[in-house]
Amino acid sequence: MKRQTQARIITLKIDGVDVAAREHETILELAQENNIFIPTLCHLDGLSEYGGCRICVVEVKGSNRLFPACMTPATEGMEVITNSERLRLYRFSILDMLFSERNHVCSVCVSNGHCDLQYLSAKLGMTRVEVPYLNPKVDVDASHEHFIMDHNRCILCQRCVRVCGEIEGAFTKGVMGRGVNTRIIHDLNGAWGDSDTCTSCGKCVNVCPTGALVEKGKSAGEMVKRRDWLPYLRLMQED
Amino acid sequence: MSEKAKLATVWLDGCSGCHMSFLDIDERILAVAELADLVYSPLVDLKVFPEMVDVTLVEGAVSSEEDYHKIQKVRAHTKVLVSLGDCAVTANVPGMRNPFKVQDILNRAYLENADLNQHIPVEVIPPLRKTSVPVHQVVEVDVFVPGCPPSADTIFYVLTELLAGRKPVMLGKTRFGI
Amino acid sequence: MMIERFEEITTEEQTAVAEHDHTVKVCVAAGCLSSQSDQVLDALKNGVGEHRGCHVKGVGCMGLCSQGPLVAVESKTGAKSGSVMYQNVKAEDAPDIIQSLGKKPVARLELKTNVPFFQRQTKIVLENCGEIDPERIEEYIAVEGYQGLLTAVTELSPIEVIDEIVRSGLRGRGGGGYPTGLKWTTVAKMDGPTKYVICNADEGDPGAFMDRSVLESDPHRVLEGMAIAGYAVGATEGYIYVRGEYPLAVERLKIAIRQANRLGVLGSKVCGTTFDFNVHIRLGAGAFVCGEETALIASIEGKRGTPRPRPPYPAEYGLWGKPTLINNVETFANVPAIVRKGGAWYAGIGTEKSKGTKVFALAGSIQNTGLIEVPMGMSLREIIFEIGGGVPNGNCKAVQTGGPSGGCIPADYFDTPVDYESLKALGSIMGSGGMIIMDDSSSMVDVARYFMEFCMTESCGKCVPCRVGTVHMHTLLNKIYKGEARRHDLETLEKLCDLVMNTSLCGLGQTAPNPVLSTLRYFRHEYMDLLVDGAEDGRGATAVDAQLLEAQS
Ligand SMILES: Cc1cc2nc3c(=O)[nH]c(=O)nc-3n(C[C@H](O)[C@H](O)[C@H](O)COP(=O)(O)O)c2cc1C
Ligand code: SF4
Ligand code: SF4
Ligand code: SF4
Ligand code: SF4
Ligand code: FES
Ligand code: FES
Repeated sequence: MKRQTQARIITLKIDGVDVAAREHETILELAQENNIFIPTLCHLDGLSEYGGCRICVVEVKGSNRLFPACMTPATEGMEVITNSERLRLYRFSILDMLFSERNHVCSVCVSNGHCDLQYLSAKLGMTRVEVPYLNPKVDVDASHEHFIMDHNRCILCQRCVRVCGEIEGAFTKGVMGRGVNTRIIHDLNGAWGDSDTCTSCGKCVNVCPTGALVEKGKSAGEMVKRRDWLPYLRLMQED
Repeated sequence: MSEKAKLATVWLDGCSGCHMSFLDIDERILAVAELADLVYSPLVDLKVFPEMVDVTLVEGAVSSEEDYHKIQKVRAHTKVLVSLGDCAVTANVPGMRNPFKVQDILNRAYLENADLNQHIPVEVIPPLRKTSVPVHQVVEVDVFVPGCPPSADTIFYVLTELLAGRKPVMLGKTRFGI
Repeated sequence: MMIERFEEITTEEQTAVAEHDHTVKVCVAAGCLSSQSDQVLDALKNGVGEHRGCHVKGVGCMGLCSQGPLVAVESKTGAKSGSVMYQNVKAEDAPDIIQSLGKKPVARLELKTNVPFFQRQTKIVLENCGEIDPERIEEYIAVEGYQGLLTAVTELSPIEVIDEIVRSGLRGRGGGGYPTGLKWTTVAKMDGPTKYVICNADEGDPGAFMDRSVLESDPHRVLEGMAIAGYAVGATEGYIYVRGEYPLAVERLKIAIRQANRLGVLGSKVCGTTFDFNVHIRLGAGAFVCGEETALIASIEGKRGTPRPRPPYPAEYGLWGKPTLINNVETFANVPAIVRKGGAWYAGIGTEKSKGTKVFALAGSIQNTGLIEVPMGMSLREIIFEIGGGVPNGNCKAVQTGGPSGGCIPADYFDTPVDYESLKALGSIMGSGGMIIMDDSSSMVDVARYFMEFCMTESCGKCVPCRVGTVHMHTLLNKIYKGEARRHDLETLEKLCDLVMNTSLCGLGQTAPNPVLSTLRYFRHEYMDLLVDGAEDGRGATAVDAQLLEAQS
């Protein structure tokens, strides 16, 4: 799916506003250029798209289906709606699913105040989780010298897996299991601290949207992530 | 409202932080007092929940059998029930025990981690339910005010809106954690 | 020349058959093998030594698998010429069967064949199943096998082949029913030079074994269909992605590929032309979701088998990023007959929008469990009561079609013709062909719960609504089934159905709510009867400010 350099210009509407796009641009890229907010979780500028979190779904006039903005290319004449009541309710429900899946306790989380999941819930005006919590018993891997992987906070967005493979080239992080038993693993499911492939670069920690990957020695609310470097690295890699 | 409204607060499984934050509204409590009487609360000395209360703020998760019965009684005698704070809204810290079995938790707290007098109390503490759950998993809740704790400003805003007969708009006012 | 070679083989086969007065066919497909039909085959083979003029061979599935092992005897001479079928045959029965050749059949084993089960079927895909030895390419050729391929590569242009498929009206048998001709056209139009053909043999629906049967009973038919497709769309490599649980199918495919390559109908210079087509086998890791086309492609590429959003469709961006045609086993198995007999012939069978035949696996509370092939448009009633022989206890309640992606159709609607559109209108789908018949002892809530459990465990975990939503739905269905749920739980369940259906990434999640929705549609009372509080609101809430409540939600 390589982008063409000489792209055709197309026109379409987002939320009733006429916008121009380069062909092959995604709805999300276009919305961001036009200061239209579409919530995202698994998307991160500089990483390949994943399309798993579904929080970015938008409506397209003439279709009953919903489309993930991060992976749907803009097409000529398309009319995109990013903020209908229906979408708002679906987004609440998707956040419901995420909060209920693992154990999120923002008040004592090291990422409190610096977490994409928490931020989105506030930004969308979410005030409670409707479904019962699943309360799974999951592990915390503190075997790495500098970092902690707390599966209680993981939303399986796979940003860490992608950055580790695509940018760092270490391929330490991977995925195992199915359904709600899906887990992020290191190498062949060993302890992170025992990994021969991990370069301890910390990239996964910084791209992780939640308190699932954090530096050691932080207490509640202290874990601030840095992501500004990512698009530059990607650019350098492409050159 | 022609008559003064009746206000109550209830303390379930929480750390009392939300009540503290309520008190942090400081002198604005006078403005609240003009609109409502505090008819039942850990802060006032009344043992029975009144027949009908206009607004009840609930702090804390539903963790024990006592919480479970109390909240149903409160619900039955309240017009507008408010889940105040993360423990009431999400089960928060009390819910952190949920992945574990009740017996394991009691053993840990009263036997393994106790230096003196190692035994599990049976009379003083009400029996724990299998999991600590948010209030709205047990009874219908009308207004949700997340935050650990919600700020005094938020609480004051919610109260004045409710007492004026309006629905508070929570967007931008608070969030999980705080 | 290949055509002469075919004629030679056919003559040899016919001569061999003519030399024998009796042909004894023993089913050696998985169903009968599981009840030791291999021992029956050995016993018969050893036994006929004494009886000249008799040929014993293993064949594929004869359809009535529940009565297996099945043995069919065809005789040209003797008191009883014609064919006889035996059921539940054991190795000990071999001497009796051999004794009876040319005489009166063995009464205690005889299976009546003048019944609707055998007479009401129309066999295209299954035409050779139970007739030929799946491990001998010669037998396939003797029944006009590889004729379609030969015609295609020597007499027709790729466009003409596609035209024939378009004319036939064939639609994908893997579940979706997408027009096959249109798919082929799309792939054919893509820029080459590298393109791929994939045969989806991951068959993961619980209870479905249509594809397995075809692969075990007539593997060459599928290879021929793939090669024709390769020629039509311009692909030279084909992959068959087979479920790991089908070792016998894999074994027979391997044999078939080897034989076809040796004969020159596959491999380089197919039938002596300039067209090359190599077929490779890939084993599935046993995950249901790997049957989804993008997950399947990822799996062949050696990655974790999870779906990705479409577009781009595999036709444009498929295996290793190249244009890829992916069809189901049964879809490919229809192709040789279409090319041989013409698209118009095929289009003459079935209904206006659903052409041809469909293979179904009958299971559940039904007299004749097994595999059948019927023309599209036959009513559910004919399938279940005539061919299937009805429900043992007489009280048929519903039929489940389409597996975990499908729905339950109540007996009141059994006059509906079986085609893609009609089943969809009833809230179910054609699916891959599983039909589970239920009598009045089954609880529809339990049925929904069973399928939800399947989807929950098979969810790949990639997208949030399917991964977590199915768990919540399963919990709620459990709660309802156990009589612990209240009305608001049912409301939550319906809301989750809507969420998972509309926001999931792939077909698994998008269709996972179907069994719930369809049972709610036709059997809502069964859910209501199980609620603690059939009528009033569940949480014991009283005197709630209605205005506030409304504003909150
Ligand atoms: C969860 C899921 C599982 C599927 N499993 C199968 C399968 O086992 N076999 C199959 O042929 N198609 C399966 N499909 C459909 C394929 O994605 C694809 O549509 C089909 O192979 C196309 O072939 P057809 O056009 O010949 O039907 C599945 C789809 C989904 C969403
Ligand atoms: S990861 Fe985010 S949402 Fe989860 S507990 Fe921490 S701050 Fe809250
Ligand atoms: S620290 Fe770097 S190398 Fe190690 S797992 Fe994270 S991204 Fe991969
Ligand atoms: S650890 Fe963080 S980045 Fe990795 S999948 Fe979990 S939430 Fe996403
Ligand atoms: S719908 Fe289910 S199976 Fe499909 S991508 Fe999502 S999680 Fe995976
Ligand atoms: S941001 Fe688009 S699916 Fe996650
Ligand atoms: S497996 Fe023998 S008849 Fe089907």
